[in-house]
Amino acid sequence: MLRYVLKRLVSLVISLAVASLVIFLAIEVVPGDPAAYMLGLNAQPDTLAALRDQLGLNGTIPARYLSWIGGMLTGDFGTSYTYRTPVADMIGERMWISLPLALYALSLSTLIAFPAGVWAASRRGSAVDMGVMGVTQLGVAIPNFWFAMLMVLVFAINLRWFSAGGFAGWEQGFLAGMKSLTLPAIALALPQASILTRVMRSSLLDTLSEDFIRTARAKGLTRRQVLWRHALRNAMIPVLTIIGMQFSFLLAGAIIIENVFFLPGLGRLVFQAISARDLIVVESVLMLLVFAVIVVNFAVDVAYAAVDPRLRGRR
Amino acid sequence: MSAGVMMLRGALGNRSLVIGLVLSLVFVGAALVSFAWVPQDVGAMDIPNRMQPPSGAHLLGTDHFGRDILSMIMVGARTSIAVAVVAVVIGMGLGVPLGLAAAARRGSLIDEVIMRGNDLVFAFPSLLIAIMITAVFGPSAVNAIIAIGIFNIPVFARLTRGAALSLWTRDYVLAARVAGKGAVRISAEHILPNVTNLLIVQGTIQFSLGILAEAALSYVGLGAQPPIPSWGRMLADSQTMISLAPHMAIFPGMAILLTVLGLNLMGDGLRDLFDPRIRRARQ
Repeated sequence: MLRYVLKRLVSLVISLAVASLVIFLAIEVVPGDPAAYMLGLNAQPDTLAALRDQLGLNGTIPARYLSWIGGMLTGDFGTSYTYRTPVADMIGERMWISLPLALYALSLSTLIAFPAGVWAASRRGSAVDMGVMGVTQLGVAIPNFWFAMLMVLVFAINLRWFSAGGFAGWEQGFLAGMKSLTLPAIALALPQASILTRVMRSSLLDTLSEDFIRTARAKGLTRRQVLWRHALRNAMIPVLTIIGMQFSFLLAGAIIIENVFFLPGLGRLVFQAISARDLIVVESVLMLLVFAVIVVNFAVDVAYAAVDPRLRGRR
Repeated sequence: MSAGVMMLRGALGNRSLVIGLVLSLVFVGAALVSFAWVPQDVGAMDIPNRMQPPSGAHLLGTDHFGRDILSMIMVGARTSIAVAVVAVVIGMGLGVPLGLAAAARRGSLIDEVIMRGNDLVFAFPSLLIAIMITAVFGPSAVNAIIAIGIFNIPVFARLTRGAALSLWTRDYVLAARVAGKGAVRISAEHILPNVTNLLIVQGTIQFSLGILAEAALSYVGLGAQPPIPSWGRMLADSQTMISLAPHMAIFPGMAILLTVLGLNLMGDGLRDLFDPRIRRARQ
C-alpha cells in the first residue's frame, strides 16, 4: 500500500509540474509581452517598463517560472494589476463562496442520487425505475445555468422564498450564508445527481447479478438483507470514483453558476480579471483549480486502493 | 432477411433511437433551413415591438431589440451545431490515432506518455481551457471550438485504447501479424473498423456535451460574439429581463434541452442497436 501511495505521489507531483508549466507558458509566453497586453495600445514607455519590472518580466523564462512556482508554494501569488492587492488575499476571500458552494452541491447530489439509484435498481423495470431514469435523462440534458435562471424566476421573483442573487455574507450567520447558496447549489447539483443516480443504479444492478449475491439469497437472506448487507458495499466503488471526479466539475461549474446569481466567488473573479486583462489573477485561479482537480483525483485513487487491494497492482 | 433490413427493423423498433433521431433532425433541419430562409432577418431591430410575447406575427415572441426569437434560435442552432461538430472532429481526429498508437505499443514509453498526457488534459475541464485561451487570444467561437475539442481528445483516446487493447488479443489480429502486417496496417485494417460503432456512440455523446459546453461558454461571454446569434448568448441577454419577458429565457433554453436530449437518446439507441447484448443485459 505504501509503495502504491508513493508511486501515485510521484505522478501527482509530475502532473502538477506539467500543468503549471502549461498554464505558465500559455498565459505568459505565447502572447508576447504581458505588460503591453495589460496596458493596451496607448501605454507610455516608462509605465510599460515599470510594469515589466513589477511583474518580474525582465528575467529569463525559466527564472520567471521558478519564481512564480516558488511564490505559489510560499503563498505569495503576486499582486493583482487592477486591484493592487495580493492575489492570494483575493482568492482566499472568494474561496469562501466557491468551495462551500461546490461542497454543498456535492452533498446534495450524493443525497439525491443515493436513494434514487437504490430505489430504481431495487425496482428494476417498474414504473418507479422508468420514472427515475426519465428524470435523470432530463437532468443530464438540461443546461444547469438555464435551470438556475428558471429557479430564480419561480422561487425568487414569483414566490420570493429566496433572494434572486448576491451573497448574504458568512458574518450574517451560517444559515443566511447557506440560504444564499441554496438555489445555486441545487442548479449545480442537478446534472451531477442525474449522472450519479445512473451510475449508482447500474453499479448496483451489476453487483446484484453476481454469484455471491445468489449464494447469499440461497442461504436464506431476504432480498432486502442482500441489498443492504452485500450488494451496496460492493456497488460503491464506481460510485466513489464518480463522486471524486464530480468535485472537479462542480468547482469549474460553480464558475458559471456564480454568474447567474451574482455571487462574488472565484468565477466572478476570473471573468472580471479576463476583461480587465489581469493575467496574474487568471493564472493563479487557473492553477488553483487545476491543483484542486489533480489532488482530488489523487485522493480518490488512494482511497480506492485502500478499499480494494486488487487495484494497487494495476496501472 | 438481410443484415441491412434486420438493422433497419431494429432501428425502427428502438423507441429512444427514433425519438432521439427526430429531435436531433428537427434542430439540424432548422439550422439548415436558416441558411435559405428565416421568419425575420436576425440583424433587423424593431425597438417598438421589443419583448413581445409569442403571437401570430412572432411565434416565439421578440427579444429586447425586437428581433424574432424563432429566427434567432434557428440561426443560433448553426453556431451550436458547428462548434460541437468541429470539436468532435478535433477530438476524434487526434484522440483516435493516439489511442490506436497507445494500444499497438502497449506498455511502452509511447503508451505511457500518451496516457499520462491524457490524464493531464483531463485535469483541465473544458471551461478552464476556454478561460486560458480566452485570456490570451480573446473570446470567439473558434476559441470555444478549440477548448471543447481539446477536452474531447482524451475521451476518444481512452475509449479507443481500451477497445483496441482487447482486439489486439484476438486470433484474427494474430493471424494478420503472422502474415507480416505491421502495427499501423493492423490498426487501420483490423482494429479501427471494429471500434467504429463505439466511436459513433461516443461521438453522439460528445456532440451533445459540446452543445451544452458551447451554450455555457457563450453564456459567460467566452464563445460566439455578437452579432452572431447563439443560444447561450440569448440566455445571457434574457437574464436581466426574465421577470418582464420570461419567454426570452424559456425558448432558447428549451432549444438546448431538446437538442441535447435528442442526441443523448440517439446515443443510447445506437448503443443498443450496435450491441444487442447490452440491451438484453440491461433489461
